[in-house]
Amino acid sequence: MRSEEKAPFLLKLAAAAVLLFLHAPFAVILLYCFTTEDASFVFPPPGLTLDWFRVAWERPDIWRALFLSLRVAATATGAALVLGILAALAVHRMQAFGREAVSLLLVLPIALPGIVTGIALRSALSLGGLPFSFWTIVAGHATFCIVVVYNNVLARLRRTAASQLEASMDLGASSFETFRRVLLPNLATALVAGGMLAFALSFDEVIVTTFTAGQQETLPIWIFSQLTKPRQRPVTNVVAVLVVAVTTLPIVLAHYLTRETSTVEGAHR
Amino acid sequence: MRALARFLYRRPRLGLALLLSLPLLWMGLLYVGSLFALVIQSFFRLDDFTGLVVRRFTLDTWRSLLLPAHVDIARRTVTMAALVTLADAVLAFPLAYYMARYASGRVKALLAVGVLLPHWSSYLVRVYAWKLILAKEGVLTWLLGRLGLSGALDGVLQLPGIGGPSLSVSPLGTFVAFVYVWLPYMVLPIQAALERVPRSLLEASADLGAHPLRTLARITLPLALPGVVAGSIFTFSLTLGDFIVPGTLGNSSPFIGQAVLAHQGTAGNIPLAAAFTAIPMAIMAVYLMLAKRLGAFDAL
Repeated sequence: MRSEEKAPFLLKLAAAAVLLFLHAPFAVILLYCFTTEDASFVFPPPGLTLDWFRVAWERPDIWRALFLSLRVAATATGAALVLGILAALAVHRMQAFGREAVSLLLVLPIALPGIVTGIALRSALSLGGLPFSFWTIVAGHATFCIVVVYNNVLARLRRTAASQLEASMDLGASSFETFRRVLLPNLATALVAGGMLAFALSFDEVIVTTFTAGQQETLPIWIFSQLTKPRQRPVTNVVAVLVVAVTTLPIVLAHYLTRETSTVEGAHR
Repeated sequence: MRALARFLYRRPRLGLALLLSLPLLWMGLLYVGSLFALVIQSFFRLDDFTGLVVRRFTLDTWRSLLLPAHVDIARRTVTMAALVTLADAVLAFPLAYYMARYASGRVKALLAVGVLLPHWSSYLVRVYAWKLILAKEGVLTWLLGRLGLSGALDGVLQLPGIGGPSLSVSPLGTFVAFVYVWLPYMVLPIQAALERVPRSLLEASADLGAHPLRTLARITLPLALPGVVAGSIFTFSLTLGDFIVPGTLGNSSPFIGQAVLAHQGTAGNIPLAAAFTAIPMAIMAVYLMLAKRLGAFDAL
């Protein structure tokens, strides 16, 4: 909108440099998938090969970790969707005071450092004498994913005209029918966007997971455990590229689905 | 079904309570309950002799936080968090400023995705990337060698306090990786704050004869401050509680996150781990209060 004005050259240069700083590391990760050197990060790579993709494909531990991460992310996203939409619907009708309290409660797991959530859950498990399981991982993930869904849905609710809902009720629809036929279609893209961000968030979470997984290995925990091992390093890169690929699509889609709701919603974890 | 809808419609409070019950039950029992468990655990202590947690009220664990080694860990972590926040603010500003004031249409949309992608995409992978870049035999060493700056790199690595055998096992490397992974958290709120600076104010300043740099210092920067503070909440909080970055790129001096991880893990000392998290929680509580005063929450 202000394109008639030209940016100073130095500003353009600085902005471009920062953007390059943000993205160049991804190129390095990609490059090292193909190096023939597997015990050090020597640059430039002595040779290039596609073999590490085959090696990664044939590693059962990677598949196990991948499937666990996908199951956790899908389950946690499901729970976050249900809880997030309920909370958003409730807060949308509430008074200012209660609204702030609920918002604060939901945002706390991501506003406080991740280890707080992690060690809190760990303390509770230890106090209650509960064993680690698939569900302990899911519980942790769902807790910090709710706010993502909640933010997106609440933002959309604020832009949904109340007159539409009133018209539906005036025409004889019950509140359930109005929800299903009028409100839900209106919320659909916000729900999809929130769900995708929640999925991406859960899929690569490592801090909280470390405290709630016990001996189980999600994909991020697998990657973290590989960082200290000097053998077959390019395999870790292949998995890293896979993780980036799996999370990129939902992020870009979520961005386009909520673009018209301006810049802010869902911008923060 | 219809009767139920009518019943609830006539009792909006009951409807509200039903909507709220599940999310509140989840967050209340699971999350707040766990936070309570955390507090309770911190009043237990580990018996050094048996290696078991003694479940009886004691302040011993809290007292042990004051041991010089533990104070050292806290000081190291807080210093790092402050430096990282400062560096991120400096780096984020030009990009946010360009996005908010000059970019439009397609360029703006592209830049938005360009910041959002690293913001949401795998944090672990982005830390790992720096392990490759900063390795002794890696890209950066090669690049500096090509530029004839190998001597400068060696000089920096020999500095006490920030250097080390290579960048990937030095405090400097930890710093660079922290700055990198949290940078998008700073760009987005600063951009949001700058978007709200009225154009007329900048014009008025120019009309009154101010040099553009003076306008920047007197008008734009003060109005961007809430955005900077909002971003700093994330950069500060995330650095305080992280164990991945120093674990991957640091030397052997631990950060708070690593201490918590080590104590709850092999040592089985959950009480001390729990007490340790009180440090970031207390710091963040004070920080959030200050941030609220500076109007940062409106910029979130």
